Amino acid sequence: MADRYEIRFSGAGGQGLITAGIILAEAASIIDGKHAVQSQSYGPEARGGASKSEVIISDEPIDYPKATIVDACLAMTQEATDKYANGIKDGGLLLIDSDFVKQVPEGNFKVVRIPIMRTAKEDIGREIVANVVALGAMIALTDVVSRESGEKAVLAKVPEAFIDLNKKAYSVGFEKVQEYLAAQ
Amino acid sequence: MAKKVALLQGNTACAYGALYAGCNFFGGYPITPSTEVAEVLSEELPKIGGKFIQMEDEIGAMASVIGASLTGQKALTATSGPGVSLKQELIGYACIAETPCVIINVMRGGPSTGMPTGPGQSDVQQAKWGTHGDHPVIALVPASCQEIFSETVRAFNLAEKYRMPVQVLYDEIVGHMRERIEFPEPGELEVIDREAPSCSPEDYKPFDPSNGDVPPLAAFGSEYRFHVTGLNKAADGFPTTKAELVDAEQRRQLRKIDANIADIESYEEYQTDDAEVVIFAYGSTSRSARYAVNELRKEGVKAGLFRPITLWPFPEKRVAELAQQAKAIIVPELNLGQMNLEVERVAKGACEIIGIHRVDGEPINPGQIMAQVKEVV
Amino acid sequence: MAYDYEKHIRAGKLPHIWCPGCGHGIAMKGLIRALDTCGLEKNNTAIVSGIGCASRLPGYMDYNTLHTAHGRAAAFATGVKMSKPEMNVIVVGGDGDGTAIGGNHFIHACRRNIDMTYVILNNYIYGMTGGQFSPCTPTGHKASTTVYGNPDPIFDISKLAIGAGATFVARTTAFHATQIDKLIAEGIKHKGMAIIEVLDDCPTTYGRRNKFRSVVDMMKRLKEIAVPVAAASKMTAEQLEGKVLTGVLYKEDKPEYTEQYAQVIERAKGA
Repeated sequence: MADRYEIRFSGAGGQGLITAGIILAEAASIIDGKHAVQSQSYGPEARGGASKSEVIISDEPIDYPKATIVDACLAMTQEATDKYANGIKDGGLLLIDSDFVKQVPEGNFKVVRIPIMRTAKEDIGREIVANVVALGAMIALTDVVSRESGEKAVLAKVPEAFIDLNKKAYSVGFEKVQEYLAAQ
Repeated sequence: MAKKVALLQGNTACAYGALYAGCNFFGGYPITPSTEVAEVLSEELPKIGGKFIQMEDEIGAMASVIGASLTGQKALTATSGPGVSLKQELIGYACIAETPCVIINVMRGGPSTGMPTGPGQSDVQQAKWGTHGDHPVIALVPASCQEIFSETVRAFNLAEKYRMPVQVLYDEIVGHMRERIEFPEPGELEVIDREAPSCSPEDYKPFDPSNGDVPPLAAFGSEYRFHVTGLNKAADGFPTTKAELVDAEQRRQLRKIDANIADIESYEEYQTDDAEVVIFAYGSTSRSARYAVNELRKEGVKAGLFRPITLWPFPEKRVAELAQQAKAIIVPELNLGQMNLEVERVAKGACEIIGIHRVDGEPINPGQIMAQVKEVV
Repeated sequence: MAYDYEKHIRAGKLPHIWCPGCGHGIAMKGLIRALDTCGLEKNNTAIVSGIGCASRLPGYMDYNTLHTAHGRAAAFATGVKMSKPEMNVIVVGGDGDGTAIGGNHFIHACRRNIDMTYVILNNYIYGMTGGQFSPCTPTGHKASTTVYGNPDPIFDISKLAIGAGATFVARTTAFHATQIDKLIAEGIKHKGMAIIEVLDDCPTTYGRRNKFRSVVDMMKRLKEIAVPVAAASKMTAEQLEGKVLTGVLYKEDKPEYTEQYAQVIERAKGA
């Protein structure tokens, strides 16, 4: 892992992407003992609009807390893609929800297309866990924390009654990436 | 045993720092980007029998804090620029009535409503000059979530020790970002409580300077009864217009700071020993600066960082020394030129002072600072 | 009944600053009699005020006294009462202090029904600054800033307090000196926000501009306009024209704020 790894989660407000960023930062800093900083865009909209959450992970203390050049970016909607899928590193990664993002920006980075919302709805039965599906997929793609640490962080965050649901969502995200990569 | 750790937002760290310091009263009014401080304390304070009140406005919030402090509570309020503007009247009252309290200012863009969700460092001179009249000022500017915790504790300590309001200013970036915090064990950080009077109730004078510049403060509801006013007052707390008393009283209050600089001052230096260019930066901007210093050093550029943690009183002596040593001091800040003026005043022309200023709601990134340093070198 | 006035005052701080003929001294004596009657422990009682002539009153009282900033008394007092609910909190102030610059704090303290006794001395004017009109200066009357007659409608302080949620509201005048202490004492005993409005006179800055030749004239007017609540119920609207009702105007039992917050503490500790 590089000294500094930058991940951006973006989508519509209310999709839980800020939570996804927080869980990833917790996995890295509390469970794996690395350094992590999570920040987010703030707007008046709690629902709708485009929102982003950024996580910087490093073996060293993190000075500048915002993204400089993004290693990996998630975009759940076209609006989020247009607004936030930029500044991605050469050789970096863009993960998109293939049902919602039709126009993908040009760039020297790898694009991974997974129908994230549809997976949450059809495989898990609840759209609300799309953020956890996306988080599983992101961790599978980047290996920025271990699969186990990610799962532990997810489960630490959710109420008792939703443990199984989220465990499943996280695994499905992971598996979708593995299937996708195998098919490539 | 391993310490308790958590990933906390700066504002949440502030609330837990306050609780560590013994805060048992919060009076506030909702304002972005500081609301999380109030939210956390509304949940945590009643658990320990403390009091949380959401007042009808910013001024009322400050009033409730002073009222609470006079009954012996450790009282806190949290707000942002527009709220501090409103609170200035009573920040002055807390100064003249020498009432310990802590004011958190999570800085956003301004003036007026400005940019509520965007970061700013636009209140750093307001912290010094915002309320009318001459009065002592202590303002702290933490730059990380852990430091927000510890500086909130220190703010309470300084407020209690010097019997005055203390402001903690941090920008929205630090207030809203999340970092890993290690919770200090009880006793690990010093916690100071105000000195209580030891004289008999009949002899008690709440502003008696005869035993030092910080007279002990009794509490309403104790065996001591006393009078508090916002008028210029004599040692007994009652109004006076006697010239020599008014003068002595005001000078004593300023002396609480001037005679205790070493105790109050706090700053951090990074790679300044041989620095040709020194970056003077505080809050989130200091993080960009430190990143820039590391990158510049890799390129062989002798850059260093001076980071005030106590912004007021201003670290005059050390900044003056650095001005002698450096070719230039660069002052990046999220305003259109505030602390650069103070650096200039202190440098007295010994080196060039160059500001980097930004008020568009975006952070000053390391690249901007690096470019400026390279231009100088 | 004999009252021990000396016990309650800081004799060394007298004489007071009020002008000859001002009703504030009458109100202060009423407050002293009420305190003497209720026997509140001095150490456990705070008297809080804002700015203005009336707000100088606490300085003469041998209690915990807090002379705050203009209009802010109710908010300071809220901080005191929240911190130490066992303390008795009394607020004293004028009409401008309480209903103009401090109007927001006033109505919200009423709304919370926090247990304090707020004695508001309504002399229709900003006296200390030289007689500018207040929200209580009658329409058409003269003040230093309404030399052509006041165009503003007035606040009825008692109605404002009732509307805002105070659970004990009473009114009297400086002429009805013995009623002042009875109403304040009743307010002190009441659990919740008690507002006692005392219609007062300011001969120096209000009286002389509005054709009151003497303090006696002003006192006569206070006597004439006051109608006890009970008597008013038997009077016609015509007869009540230009009169003000006195006595206990409103009283209700409602949950008190610090008791409500004590329940919050219980719930939080149980959570």
